[in-house]
Amino acid sequence: MNYNWNWHIFLEPNPMGTGTYLDMLLAGLVLTIKTALLAWVLALIFGSVIGVLRTLPSRTAYWIGFCWVEFFRNMPLLVQLFLWFFVLPELLPRGAGLWLKQLPNAPYWTAAIGIGFFMSARVAVQLQAGIGSLPRGQKNAATALGLTTVQSYRYILLPMAFRIILPPLTSEFLNTIKNTAVAITIGLIELTGQARSMQEFSFQVFEAFTAATVLYLLVNFIVVTGMRFLERYVAIPGYISGK
Amino acid sequence: MIEIKHVNKWYSPSFQVLKDCTTSVTKGEVVVVCGPSGSGKSTLIKCVNALEPFQGGEIILDGVKVNDPKTDLPKLRSRVGMVFQHFELFPHLRIVDNLCLAQEKVLGRKHDEAQAKGMKLLERVGLKEHARKFPAELSGGQQQRVAIARALAMDPIAMLFDEPTSALDPEMISEVLDVMVDLAREGMTMMVVTHEMGFANKVADRVIFMDRGEIVEDAKKTDFFGGTPRSDRAQKFLSKILQH
Repeated sequence: MNYNWNWHIFLEPNPMGTGTYLDMLLAGLVLTIKTALLAWVLALIFGSVIGVLRTLPSRTAYWIGFCWVEFFRNMPLLVQLFLWFFVLPELLPRGAGLWLKQLPNAPYWTAAIGIGFFMSARVAVQLQAGIGSLPRGQKNAATALGLTTVQSYRYILLPMAFRIILPPLTSEFLNTIKNTAVAITIGLIELTGQARSMQEFSFQVFEAFTAATVLYLLVNFIVVTGMRFLERYVAIPGYISGK
Repeated sequence: MIEIKHVNKWYSPSFQVLKDCTTSVTKGEVVVVCGPSGSGKSTLIKCVNALEPFQGGEIILDGVKVNDPKTDLPKLRSRVGMVFQHFELFPHLRIVDNLCLAQEKVLGRKHDEAQAKGMKLLERVGLKEHARKFPAELSGGQQQRVAIARALAMDPIAMLFDEPTSALDPEMISEVLDVMVDLAREGMTMMVVTHEMGFANKVADRVIFMDRGEIVEDAKKTDFFGGTPRSDRAQKFLSKILQH
């Protein structure tokens, strides 16, 4: 293989005049983190609401939850981003479609919302399982004390269900971060996008993607460690894994 | 206090769990409901505070019709205490907070007031020193006593017990029954689903025997234990559980 390794490339100025190649990658990393965080917040909010709907006795609520989950989890993420980014503006009335196309940072908002909704389906299913794993008597006990359904979920069921699903939620958070790489296809120049530009400008493909890999690993390691602390912080003395 | 009139309940069109059940519990009365598994006794008691819906008949609790769509069920339920077979303490809350939650969120009491009330009740069931612990750190008998205290914290007009000692080790049963006996002697209106015939004999005013969804016997305690129960089913049941 005829390849010229050059690890000093990161400190050389990039052709865009925005500093070094390393600055380029770090700018991508910041965008990756911003996209992932917004997507994760959306996934948690929508996933919680939909997950709860799927556990209510109401048929309507169940069907809303069912449709949401099946719509967002049964289509590849890539296709969903294309739908939001390319198809949705065409389906809307001309004015609204135009406004959407001219929106500043459109790839960012599309990616965050698209990935957020995609992940919300997964959060919803896990929360549903978490609530379902609680003894039926818990809901009965809360109800018998006079708590309303909303209060039962707020004070009893959700605090327990979220504790139970915390470990798999960690994985979903990591998936959210990794999934932002798909947004390169709608023009979001996040970490993977910047690594690719770097490769195209400098031909140092291995260095560029090694750096991207290390940065992804670093971010995910921070998330895993943070979630470990959170798990320990909310653990209940004497209960399951709590010590 | 509790009037149960011609209550019918079906789980499916072909499976009727409650068949024309009629009985009542007057103020201060202690009624024990017994019968074999699957006889519908737990279901009946859960109908009283509308934890289970039913299709026919009516239940009137302190003058309020339970199965009236206009009834404010959370409010009604907050006035009736219930104790479950598996305690159902809230595992993520400390013992004292288990007692405070509904007082604050349902009755709107201030935290200090709720806590004072909670501590007083914990003292009463002999668990004051465990107030800051979590439910999983307590034994089954202790948890059930907390559950009784939690129900009492709401100042209920009546208490429902759904097999309160069935999930307990033998040596823990008596500590729970002691609390219940005290409660009965203080004049609490109680409806108790249990197999503890000793308890029934001690404090019950009436004993109801259920089988296959029907109330087969509804007799004064003295008639139920002293005289001969009228039905064969009740006699067979009693002979089996009193044998050992």
